[in-house]
Order: sequence, then C-alpha cells, then structure tokens
Amino acid sequence: MTSEATLAKICDLIEPINKKGVPLTADTTFAADLELDSLTVMGLVADIEDEFDILLPINLLPELETIGQVADAVDRIVADKN
Amino acid sequence: MDLLDKFDYILESRESMPFQKADPLTVVMDEVLSETEAVIQGRRTILAGTNNYMGLTFNGEAIDAAKKALDDFGTGTTGSRVLNGTYGSHKALEAEIARFYGTEHCMVFSTGYQANLGLISTLCAKDDYLIIDADSHASIYDGSSMGNANVIRFKHNDVDNLERRLKRIPEGAGKLVVIEGIYSMLGDQAPIKEMLEVCKQYGAMTLVDEAHSMGFCGEKGRGVAEMFGVEHLCDFIVGTFSKSVGTVGGFAVSNHPKFETLRIACRPYMFTASLPPSVVASALVNIQTIARSGNRAQHLWENSRRLHAGLKDAGFTMATDTAESPIIAVLLPDLEAATRFWETLFLNGVYVNLSAPPATPAGYFLMRTSLSAQHSTAQIDQIIDAFVKTASDIGLSLTP
Repeated sequence: MTSEATLAKICDLIEPINKKGVPLTADTTFAADLELDSLTVMGLVADIEDEFDILLPINLLPELETIGQVADAVDRIVADKN
Repeated sequence: MDLLDKFDYILESRESMPFQKADPLTVVMDEVLSETEAVIQGRRTILAGTNNYMGLTFNGEAIDAAKKALDDFGTGTTGSRVLNGTYGSHKALEAEIARFYGTEHCMVFSTGYQANLGLISTLCAKDDYLIIDADSHASIYDGSSMGNANVIRFKHNDVDNLERRLKRIPEGAGKLVVIEGIYSMLGDQAPIKEMLEVCKQYGAMTLVDEAHSMGFCGEKGRGVAEMFGVEHLCDFIVGTFSKSVGTVGGFAVSNHPKFETLRIACRPYMFTASLPPSVVASALVNIQTIARSGNRAQHLWENSRRLHAGLKDAGFTMATDTAESPIIAVLLPDLEAATRFWETLFLNGVYVNLSAPPATPAGYFLMRTSLSAQHSTAQIDQIIDAFVKTASDIGLSLTP
C-alpha cells in the first residue's frame, strides 16, 4: 500500500468528525486545525486500528501531530507486521 | 515565558462555571459528625459522595488500635519499606490481606494510586504490551505513561474490542491487561468473567483493580472477581484502604512465584515513606471487620438499590439501568445544569460529587453519589427527597 492510499483512507475516517469542515491534507494538524478533543481522538485511533488491522500504541500519539505523520506511522506499523 | 500560563485554560473553564454560594472544589469539612454527616459552611450535611462504602472510619476497635500504635511506635516511620520503614505491623497487615484474599503474597503501598502506578509501570517494560480500558482511572493511565511499554486502549467494557486488539499483538510478546471491577464514575461493573477468559485465551497476564468493589462484592468481600468466581484468572489484584477500609494506603496480592521481586524493583514502593503505624493498625482491624461483615455489606446493597430505584422512579436519567454498585450516578444535560444542580443540592443539605469531563467518560456531566453501609434507610429517603426538591428548584424537568 502506498502512503497516498493510507492518507486517503485516514482522511475518510476523519471526515465524519471534521466538524469545522477543514480541508484535509497531509499537513492538517489534529489539535490546531481540527480541534479534536481527547475523546474524539480516542475513537479515531480505534477506527484506524480496526481499518488497518494494526495496533497504534497511545504512547506514540504525542509525536503524531499531522494527518501525514499518522499515515507514515500506519505504513511503518503495517510494514513491520508483514 | 511563565510556566504556569499553560494552565490558564483550566482557570478560564473554572471561572465560567456559574457557582454562587458554593463550589465543589473548595468544600471544607468543618466538623465530621459521623461516617455519613458533616458540618459544612455551618450546615449539617448528609455525606453521599465520600467512597466510605463500608462506613468504617469511626470503627471503635480500629481507633483504639491506631491510638495504641501511636503510643507504642510514634507518628511515622520516616523511611521507605526497603530501608527502616518496615515494622512488624506492616508484615502483619500484609499477612492479613494475603489471608483475606487467599493468596501467597501481598505488598502494601502508601496509597492505592501508588499501588497501580507501581505495579503497572514496573511489570510492563519496553516491547511489552499494556492493554487498558479506555475509561481507566488516572492511576492506571499514569502507570502506563511512566513505563516504556506499548500502551493499547480498548473500548470500555467491550469484550470483542479487547479481543480484536489481543489478536493483533505479536506472538511471544509480554502482555498485561488491566481492568477495574467497578468503574468509579458511572459505578458500572466490568463483564469480568468474559474479559478474563479472553485474556487467558490469548496468554495475557491480568491485573484487576478492586478499589471500588472490595468490602461488599463477593461472599468474602474481595471484589467483583470473587463475585463471579474468576479469581483464579487474576494474576494480580490491586486495592486500596481509602474506601471500604476507611483509612489510606494500597495493596497488591498475587500467587506469582516471583512476586516478591517487585519489592526491590518497583520504584513507587521503594522511593516513598511507608505508612504510619497508626494507619497500618486501623487498616488491619478494619480488614478483619470486613471479613465478618456480611450484614453490613447486605445493608449497603439495600441502600444502593433503594437510592437507584427512588431516583429512577422520580424520573432522573440514571448512568446504569440497575444498581451495580454503591456508586449511583445521575446524568445531567450540560455543565450549566450540572453546576446549578450540585450547588442547590448542596445548599439543600446533601453532598455528592460533581463529575465532569475529562474525568468522566463520553462527555457526561454527573451527580455521582457513593453510599455507605452506615447510611440509614431514612437518610437514603432524605437524599432522594433532596434530589427531587433540587430538580424542582432549578427547573430541571424529570420524566417519571
């Protein structure tokens, strides 16, 4: 899977919680742009885990500020698994 | 850059709360009249939010034992359990708790918070997997961030969600699943049998926190794991002295043959002073009291069912369908209603906990009551009446 496909899938998961209608790109940030609260982030992490059949440890989250960084992390975890 | 500026948002959110005559964060108990009553702001107030489940804070035998320990051993140990802070009474208390739980080992910590912090952060190291319920208590989250393990969250009390995550963990990795017998905010029980069975199916070790269930769940009062006959599936059980036991401190019990190693590996156990002898003495007596307190536990359950039914019949929105614990929580629509309800109920003579996000799950605003075995039936009815009067005072519509 290319990172573009990963990015697109993650954007699909974010769209329903994108209450402010912010354009979703690799550089969009979760805190400043999307203004997601911790509860919503938790739900999103679970959705990403189930979509890609991976585990996304919450101790990685502080380093993942943008959608692109999450997509990279997902690709890395998927690659490690295979 | 002022380091304290980062907390301005907390201050702002506090100042936005419309409290006028009382504020839950500044409540001072001027006089404590009994396990269930105090004088606050000059008012006699029923305490319905103090986690004093078994009502043992004024147990005469425990007070006498604590006084004797003060006379015999002084006010404090001034040292860690691994230096000069282990007295004969600390060992006797550990033996008593191990006997109570029927386990080989017990470690006593200086608080329940430290018991979770210590066990969780020490058991799970780099490359291990720590799997926790999304609604876990702060002590479990803090233990998670103190260690270096991969921390995975599953949806609250959701066995399938837990299983999907257990399935994805690499084979051979160390795994610890942490659950609570009763969750402190909504007072709901874990589906503990199903959860522990799935953990064992995937070879995970298990830690069950019985802080809010010890004393009155299970025939012997050991907690929810005993109540559902699944203690054999618990590798570690953690508990506290600050609720049913009526003092302060925490403990962990286990049958693991290497459990005692934790005494020289667990930093929150080693790098703090041990409990004062008076606290140890009262904890020991109160645990012995719990062991023969079937009737007391029975009355607590009756109180819980009576309050739940009374509030539900009055038309309040309950956090759980039935009374699953002595924690009975009422849901309120928003922060405005919650703050006004809390303040008015307080002025009407009943103290409960106002719980709001982020301490609560799903963004709930709660009036959280926790009952005591020492509450009389008449007091339970007074609490119900005060809730109904408060709803009317603030114009909260009820749907009986």
